[in-house]
Amino acid sequence: MYAFEFTRPKTVAEAVAALAGEDAQALGGGQTLIPTLKQRLASPGMLVSLAGIAAMRGVSVAGGTLTVGGGTTHAAVARGAAAAFPALAALAGRIGDPAVRNRGTIGGSLANNDPSACYPAAVLAAGASVVTDRREIAADDFFRGMFATALEAGEIITAVRFPVPQRAAYAKFVQPASRFALVGVFVAKSAAGVRVAVTGASEGGVFRWTQAEAALAADFRPEAVRGLRAAAAGMIGDLHGSPEYRAHLVGVMTARAVAAA
Amino acid sequence: MAKVAMTVNGKAVSGEVEGRTLLVQFLREGLGLTGTHVGCDTSQCGACVVHIDGAAVKACAVFALDAEGASVRTIEGMANADGSLSAIQQAFQDHHALQCGFCTPGMVMSAAALLAENPKPTEREVREYLEGNLCRCTGYHNIVKAIMAASGQEVAIAAE
Repeated sequence: MYAFEFTRPKTVAEAVAALAGEDAQALGGGQTLIPTLKQRLASPGMLVSLAGIAAMRGVSVAGGTLTVGGGTTHAAVARGAAAAFPALAALAGRIGDPAVRNRGTIGGSLANNDPSACYPAAVLAAGASVVTDRREIAADDFFRGMFATALEAGEIITAVRFPVPQRAAYAKFVQPASRFALVGVFVAKSAAGVRVAVTGASEGGVFRWTQAEAALAADFRPEAVRGLRAAAAGMIGDLHGSPEYRAHLVGVMTARAVAAA
Repeated sequence: MAKVAMTVNGKAVSGEVEGRTLLVQFLREGLGLTGTHVGCDTSQCGACVVHIDGAAVKACAVFALDAEGASVRTIEGMANADGSLSAIQQAFQDHHALQCGFCTPGMVMSAAALLAENPKPTEREVREYLEGNLCRCTGYHNIVKAIMAASGQEVAIAAE
């Protein structure tokens, strides 16, 4: 790791001020960033740890909306969302391993937008909004492709607001070495319709499978998507699976998610 | 360099660290607590698992300065007050849950965190909880047996 300065502010305002400095980088739980720093793939001048900001932690429910603080760990989401939004709790409880879940945060995961991360699928399928220190961003506007988001430099995710769906489930085909999703599909049915978000599959990061959404809006059963085929073009191909394999898994995991919802 | 202060195994400690100093480095090199191991240093293997405020974390993936004010527990803090082995450690010995022993500190710390939140886990829950702890010697069976025994449950695991 290259050397850097380290600061641990207590408030969002202090963190925003610290991030305005040159070469400053926010640090959530560090479960992706610290390995990245070790590999010298990043060399910030200053790390601004968000772990000391108590106001950014916690899960609360009010009026059909579940709000998760940006600094809330996966383990805390798994516990705190279990009653109100079990599909989200189940997703959080299967990220990485227990020690990673005790450290990694929802805000860190979303800001990184790894194309195989689990949370982006839940946020996009539920039609959640990402709250930052300066604005609120709808899920449909937040994700901008692999490792890219609508966040500006120094912008901090302070919370995520999920409208709790009537029915929802996440089906994850685990890549067992990394424990990321080889393909993960989050299905959410609400009064507004059905949304299907797919992670792990596309070169463009998380995406909505609109063809399946239309079929499920008419008939919310696994059978409704059995005949559909996601296109292999633009899917990730690596040693774990070809684009065709992932495209096939998209259909399989969507049907499994619907069955579980 | 910056000053960091925390509680480790019940004792107040402090030291001077760099921003990039990992918690595991502070424990091993700063405090001489070399029971916490560095296996992979890529947060895969879990040999470095310690507890921060009761939660199992990988000490190679936490900066020392982020543990400021925290209560940290390492394998050195696991034995009983009279120096005898804790129930989990004794179960590891009784059930031959280690060969080379390199992964053992992390295994014991993960097991302790599991049993604190789930005192009577199923065998499946034990195996799932150990997903982030790699052992290259034992094939896990005896580790799972030891943890089941430490939880006061029957040990009946079929060889696969």
